[in-house]
Amino acid sequence: MNEPRMVELRRKVLKENDLLARRMRDRFQSAGTRVISLVSSPGSGKTTLLERSLTDLGREHRVAALVGDLATENDAALLARSGAPAKQITTGTVCHLDASMVERALDGWAIEDLDYLFIENVGNLVCPSSFDLGEDLRLVLVSTTEGEDKPLKYPTIFNTADVAVITKLDVAKAVDFDVELLIRNIHGVRPGMPILKVSARSGEGMEDWRNF
Amino acid sequence: MHELSIALNIVDGVLEELDRQKSGHVEVVHLRLGRLSGVDKDALSFSYGVACEGTPLANSRLLIEDVEIAIFCPVCGVERPTRSFPVLTCADCGAASERVLRGEGLEITAMEMVA
Repeated sequence: MNEPRMVELRRKVLKENDLLARRMRDRFQSAGTRVISLVSSPGSGKTTLLERSLTDLGREHRVAALVGDLATENDAALLARSGAPAKQITTGTVCHLDASMVERALDGWAIEDLDYLFIENVGNLVCPSSFDLGEDLRLVLVSTTEGEDKPLKYPTIFNTADVAVITKLDVAKAVDFDVELLIRNIHGVRPGMPILKVSARSGEGMEDWRNF
Repeated sequence: MHELSIALNIVDGVLEELDRQKSGHVEVVHLRLGRLSGVDKDALSFSYGVACEGTPLANSRLLIEDVEIAIFCPVCGVERPTRSFPVLTCADCGAASERVLRGEGLEITAMEMVA
């Protein structure tokens, strides 16, 4: 009977995804395209913020969007109203986007013709945190119709994102939402995290977001 | 439940390493799982079995070692453990830290092979 032998490895589990994401990041960089991804729970306002951003930025810049959902082309159709190219990624049952899905979706698109590419992840605060998509900036959205303790419940996503965006600011008062408490919780989990406060409906804070 | 995607990545990674070995059979795969990796241990163990089906890794075991969180404490000026979650504070002086030094990773560290 042979004794088992131990083969030492030091291999990151998501090596393939990380390598592909790095290659795409290089490609975006040399094309001069800034890539921004959005993650949040379903219903936090990713698509609405995105539609507004595509419309506003689209006046002066070349913009496009990829949007992930398990099923339907609804969001791509909605975003196309802004006049910007938008493509749906339907994941079937998969709860997150990964780098290879983004690469496939970009097939046939001339990246160098874009100034900004937005990637809307599947609505999920858990799974997308593990997968690098090659983006320059990852936004995590929390709306005022959710609990102020979202960052405490889902800390990992706040640790992998670059910026937190508080959405639906216009209804905060009506639903007794404590914006300051949410900010304290975000900074509890992630000290110093940049935070933007917006309402895509009223336009409040959108100037700060555009300038960011 | 992204653990299945993670498990498929583990299987792909190990199969690639196995290919380099030219021969042999993998019995145990060793994995280090950071407490901050956002991956659930039980769901991953279950998914691993599913991901191995129909591959040369069928019937292999996944042995998971937890990696505790370590932070850089800005007050103590050194690496410290933390006992608080999700707000990460120094276990020694209680200062908040924004630098995680360990506990985020997910790494295959070894495979036990026969023949």
